[in-house]
Amino acid sequence: MVDFKNPVQKEQEDAAVIAHNSRIGLSLFAVYTAIYGGFMALSAFWPQLMSEPFLGGVNLAVIYGFVLIATALVVALIYVKLCRKF
Amino acid sequence: MIHPTSLTAIIVFLVFAGAVLGISLYLGRRAKSASGYFAAGGNIHWAVNGIAFAGDYLSAASFLGICGMIAFYGYDGFLYSIGYLAGWIVALFIVAEPLKRLGRFTFADALDNKFNSRGIKLSAAISTLVVSCFYLIPQMVGAGALVQPLLGFPHYVGVLVVGAIVTVIVTTAGMVSTTWVQFIKGGILVILCAVITVMILMRGVTTKPTTADGQEVKIPGYGLVAADVTGAPGAVVLPEEGIWRNTPYVRVRNAAGVISVYRKEGDKLSETQTSRVRPDGRRFVNGLPRGKGEGEADLLPVGYASKLPGGVEKTGPLGPFDFLRTMQESEVILWRSDRFTEADGGVTTVYYQKPTAGTDFMAPGSSPTFQKVRSSKFFDKLDFLSLMLALFCGTASLPHILIRYYTVKDQISARKSTVVGIAAIGCFYVLTLFLGLGAMTSGALDVTDSNMAAPLLARSISELLFAVISAVAFTTVLGTVSGLIMAASGAVAHDLMSNVMKIPMDEFRKVAAAKVASLCVGVLAICLGILFSKMNVNFLVGWAFNIAASANLPSLIMLLFWKRTTKQGITSAIIVGMVSSLGWILMSAQAYKDVYGWNPADAIVPFSQPAIVTIPLGFLVLIVVSLMTRRAGTEPAPATAK
Repeated sequence: MVDFKNPVQKEQEDAAVIAHNSRIGLSLFAVYTAIYGGFMALSAFWPQLMSEPFLGGVNLAVIYGFVLIATALVVALIYVKLCRKF
Repeated sequence: MIHPTSLTAIIVFLVFAGAVLGISLYLGRRAKSASGYFAAGGNIHWAVNGIAFAGDYLSAASFLGICGMIAFYGYDGFLYSIGYLAGWIVALFIVAEPLKRLGRFTFADALDNKFNSRGIKLSAAISTLVVSCFYLIPQMVGAGALVQPLLGFPHYVGVLVVGAIVTVIVTTAGMVSTTWVQFIKGGILVILCAVITVMILMRGVTTKPTTADGQEVKIPGYGLVAADVTGAPGAVVLPEEGIWRNTPYVRVRNAAGVISVYRKEGDKLSETQTSRVRPDGRRFVNGLPRGKGEGEADLLPVGYASKLPGGVEKTGPLGPFDFLRTMQESEVILWRSDRFTEADGGVTTVYYQKPTAGTDFMAPGSSPTFQKVRSSKFFDKLDFLSLMLALFCGTASLPHILIRYYTVKDQISARKSTVVGIAAIGCFYVLTLFLGLGAMTSGALDVTDSNMAAPLLARSISELLFAVISAVAFTTVLGTVSGLIMAASGAVAHDLMSNVMKIPMDEFRKVAAAKVASLCVGVLAICLGILFSKMNVNFLVGWAFNIAASANLPSLIMLLFWKRTTKQGITSAIIVGMVSSLGWILMSAQAYKDVYGWNPADAIVPFSQPAIVTIPLGFLVLIVVSLMTRRAGTEPAPATAK
């Protein structure tokens, strides 16, 4: 049962673990943001390039979109793997 | 278009709605405490929570809106898919774990963790309410739009049904039943979309689509020799008068007295479809009264390729990459419209054919929303960049997504459930491209309503699939709306009543207060859904993302990563972010056009999507106010995430 008069309970986690995980999170975030930024820049400033066939006859816009979706899952899995639990 | 009411659809719908309500009532008996009500006791397994993330997030806008946008305009709809998914990276890497560590029930809890400030609680609760309401409107509008063709009820009945069911779900068992409803819906939605995608690939692309029962879809003539049309026996070309003056349209009255409208393409003519609403409300389609009977007409279903690579008529089954390449190398007849208001107040809409090359619609900039990326002016591109930024930053600031982090037991579970969520949502968004392009060439599209593209695509395959997908789309709305009402009721009962107004409440009364709040928000959602029934669904969701990102993200990030953040800084960043983004939206060209019906060229702000201006503004205000109030002697905020 939760008592509302009590202060919010903190989970016991080591500060070093939190710092380590947060550092990994930020680095992976930077990697993904760079790829997403590249997509935004290409679409906004070189839309012509996006309509060119890129891989197996499919254009860069579609391939880059799929890569962004797949990369999200890949970096998420890397993060879970690298995070320290204790 | 008039959609026939389907008995199968009604039965499947009733089974779905009944199952959802049954689960809620069953689970409702087990959720008595406040923690049980608001956060499902923190006992939800991470895998269930992950799929529930998908159920929560894949709203009517994702499912109906994106598929419709791809079916009507091509690749541009997929830009939303990419942006909506990318937002989860911000949620996972920046927000998830600190939020879990700092908060208990609501977003305001986490922000206020170090300060115990009524200002923060109040502003965070208000921003939660505003964003939830903005997000609720498109869901309710979508529900009404879905019920209309599915069950044959008018729009407001759909809104009422959804509102009533959801309010029951939320008030009976709170977060437990909400989570399970979302889990079921998220799972079914992704699996069903995968099944339809396989069927689309098996069917391939054709220039002569057929309906589910094998009938050929009628294809309007394109590029007809003018003399053949105007010289037919008994045909009379009507003079260009009234609204038809200086337009590319030619009206021809045939021997039976029916007037058809053709569009001039050079020296050729192409058939169009027209819909006319007279001032007394009577509707005419293609010159005849609207209806399915003798002497009546209805708009034709559309959507087919006009040229396939190699000049073939049918490709046969295709692999996923072959399908995309074929679409890119084909030419498809897309439909655009012109709207004319007559002197007597009647409105005529002409839907005309626009053959579009795959190289055009498979690249960014083919839709009205994003066409400006192809302009050479820098300012024109800001709208696109701003929306992509809002989608990226908005997900991690949506209140109904944030509260889902409190339903698992610890950070590790929060992390794992986000990964499961990303996997399920990512799969779904990849499928949207296939579903949208499949609908584009299904021969079943309704030219008047892009939101119906996905259900109609299913109908072109089989009636049962249509019934199931419509019922799933309906539960999609239920899942998202219940999440939003949960978030809003938490903000009212926990943040506003208990923490800001300091109304003393024990556990039982607090849950009761939240239930009353849910009921009120539910009624409000029903009213808003009826009021905004004419608005574009996906567009409204874009607004909600803009407001969420502008109001919540700066304070969330600075609290975690900047030690000198003060409570005044957070409060003012939330208020400035919320007011500036809301104000910008209300003064934008799109609001002028869609909300007030004014000339969009008169709009005060230069582009419609505020995020690119208002997110940095939120950060700036937070930094300036924090520095000022710190100097004035406020105690420094202790480190939080480090």
